[in-house]
Amino acid sequence: MAVALVMALVVVASLLFHFLSPWRPTQIESNWGFIDDTLTLTFIVTSIGFVAVILFMSYCLYRFRHQPGRRSTYEPENRRLELLLGGITTVAVIALLAPGLLVWGRFITPPGDAMEVEAVGAQWSWSFRLPGADNRFGSTDVRFIDANNALGVNPADPRGRDDLIISNGELHLPAGKPVKVLLRSIDVLHDFYVPQIRAKMDLVPGMETYFWFTPTRTGQFEILCVAYCGVGHPQMRGTLIIDSGSDYQNWLAAQQTFAHLRKAEAF
Amino acid sequence: MHGMIMVVYMLTAIFLGGFGNYLIPLMIGARDMVFPFVNMLSYWVYLLATLVLAASYFVPGGPTGAGWTLYPPQAILTGTPGHEWGIILMLSSLILFIIGFTMGGLNYVVTVLQARTRGMTLMRMPLTVWGIFTAAVMALLAFPGLFVACVMLLLDRTLGTSFFVPAIVEMGERRDYSGGSPILFQHLFWFFGHPEVYIVALPAFGMVSDLISVHARKNIFGYRMMVWAILAIGVLSMVVWGHHMYVSGMDPLFGFFFAVTTLAIAVPTAMKVYNWVVTLWRADIHFTTPMLFALGFLVTFVNGGITGLYLGNVIVDVPLSATLFVVAHFHMVMGIAPVLVIFGAIYHWFPKITGRMMDERLGKIHFWITFLGAYAIFFPMHYLGLLGVPRRFYDMNDATFVPHSAVGLNIFMTTMALFVGLSQLIFFYNVFKSLRHGASAGGNPWRAASLEWQTPETPPGHGNWGKRLPVVYRWPYGYNIPGAPDDFVPQNAPLQKGEHAT
Repeated sequence: MAVALVMALVVVASLLFHFLSPWRPTQIESNWGFIDDTLTLTFIVTSIGFVAVILFMSYCLYRFRHQPGRRSTYEPENRRLELLLGGITTVAVIALLAPGLLVWGRFITPPGDAMEVEAVGAQWSWSFRLPGADNRFGSTDVRFIDANNALGVNPADPRGRDDLIISNGELHLPAGKPVKVLLRSIDVLHDFYVPQIRAKMDLVPGMETYFWFTPTRTGQFEILCVAYCGVGHPQMRGTLIIDSGSDYQNWLAAQQTFAHLRKAEAF
Repeated sequence: MHGMIMVVYMLTAIFLGGFGNYLIPLMIGARDMVFPFVNMLSYWVYLLATLVLAASYFVPGGPTGAGWTLYPPQAILTGTPGHEWGIILMLSSLILFIIGFTMGGLNYVVTVLQARTRGMTLMRMPLTVWGIFTAAVMALLAFPGLFVACVMLLLDRTLGTSFFVPAIVEMGERRDYSGGSPILFQHLFWFFGHPEVYIVALPAFGMVSDLISVHARKNIFGYRMMVWAILAIGVLSMVVWGHHMYVSGMDPLFGFFFAVTTLAIAVPTAMKVYNWVVTLWRADIHFTTPMLFALGFLVTFVNGGITGLYLGNVIVDVPLSATLFVVAHFHMVMGIAPVLVIFGAIYHWFPKITGRMMDERLGKIHFWITFLGAYAIFFPMHYLGLLGVPRRFYDMNDATFVPHSAVGLNIFMTTMALFVGLSQLIFFYNVFKSLRHGASAGGNPWRAASLEWQTPETPPGHGNWGKRLPVVYRWPYGYNIPGAPDDFVPQNAPLQKGEHAT
């Protein structure tokens, strides 16, 4: 009796917690509402399964608890029941998978008109680079990294001369424009994550990775590193500031190009 | 250290090393494992591996702080604690563990295939043996992945090879590596790491089937389906490792493949869950301590299993990956659930191992604290993950997206964890008290049908079966067979008149 009741109460308490607790996904500020939709769909489908299985179990515990004289029924298998349950599960899994894969397809395909920015991780700070007036990034290599060239931009590459280097950990982006973020690490694994944006991706030394999103609202958000990167990992923070168009242009105009930085240091 | 100790040195070692060695010979009617010497060697190498690992607490720099995944380059660079000696000892210890395990694993496989007594066909083996057998085969296939990863990482660390480390600049200084691939390590690690989840889970699945059947006085429902589900999970689990790497920077097209295989594995797993609960239908349920632990397993496993459907479905994983949602998921499904089975199994087989019963009252107190306490720790933790709180942060600083109330929840979980941890003393007290003062168990206190309860002596004497090996006539789930006088018929009782062989 008591066992059946407690097991049923575990289900009830879990559902109450879900609906009444103050902890829910952080307010979304990007185009990835689809991701939240798949999350909601998954919650609905799996919760039905959880509630059904545990409540059925609780009912059995109550109904078929040992009492004097009770004997169980001998039933080794029931092919129809097993096929039915397997079929329902398969349908449920497909219902979760199909929309999930569709959204994944969008997630990995940045729109052609997306502006590109580069985020570079190093223990334990963020730097950024924008392609500058020519809209093209200069090539990079860790060989070129020194005190005056933290991102390793190739000094001989003309495309890199007008690249904007942002080393204060503060990235500004215009609201409403799709952005493809190119990711690069110069030491260990890092991961670019802004909870409000939903998307995240690892930065892997030796290769370039990417993800894309469209910021939907102006505001200031925290960039976290969520791939463990050593003792300073929790302190590796950056700031993402989504500006209106004019604010963004003002900020952009105040940034220094790679060539300019080199010249300043040469003096 | 915590993760590696728990997953490899505790869960794998207890399920395969502990229960595997004890239960396989008794359940299949053998006198011992087929290679007793190799078995002994396997144990000593395992002990050496744990000593090497424990030694890392006493070396300069302390144990490795690289997390259980040991991802390079971080694991071998100066920004991570224990990069001098800790990581070397960890990798050496794992190499030793795998050597020891391979000896034990071959032994389980060969014993199950070669040493079954007369009448013990494969389809008459208890699901416990099926679980351990399949897990051992998987482990023999998966551990080599970890083995080579450990050897290569050890070479990167000590000899300066570049298997996993590309050209990098560390703290402003150029390091002498070039051309390695950090993602290669992740593939090798998870090629082992995912099957490892099922190496732990399949023996737990098997044991919980037997516990439910015995204490509900009913045959396990759909035995053949259960065996096929174990095998299907075993095969599928070898091709799902990429779901740990959706946001690792591997080719995003892999996401499609691994999401499909991962969600496909939910089908045989769900079939097992259905068969466990359907076994309770029209049963005669005794709420003994082992049964309570089995039921606790069902709740935590179903809960942890469905959150796997979030994380396995590649796009849903994107916001949740590397958050506390993941930590909550895997603790529920491969921490709490298998540990509840281990406890249930100890309460269940303790009478056979020692000849004495454990204290039921203490056992039930232990169960309720552990089950409800652990659920109260890990269920709310999912919601911190939904907020976006990352794992492996000892400090959130002043992150504005985390409401202050989350701190309260964190304090609650910590307090609860300390309380549940301390309450395990009840269990150890029960074990030691029952060893000396427990009520005498007799040979078959649970009135179970499977072979290990039919030994002539309890605890089983050397060679298990006295002069003659038992002969098996039916499956291990002969409960309440129509027409039988008793509510169970042992596997080695001769066929009754009119009984169909099963």
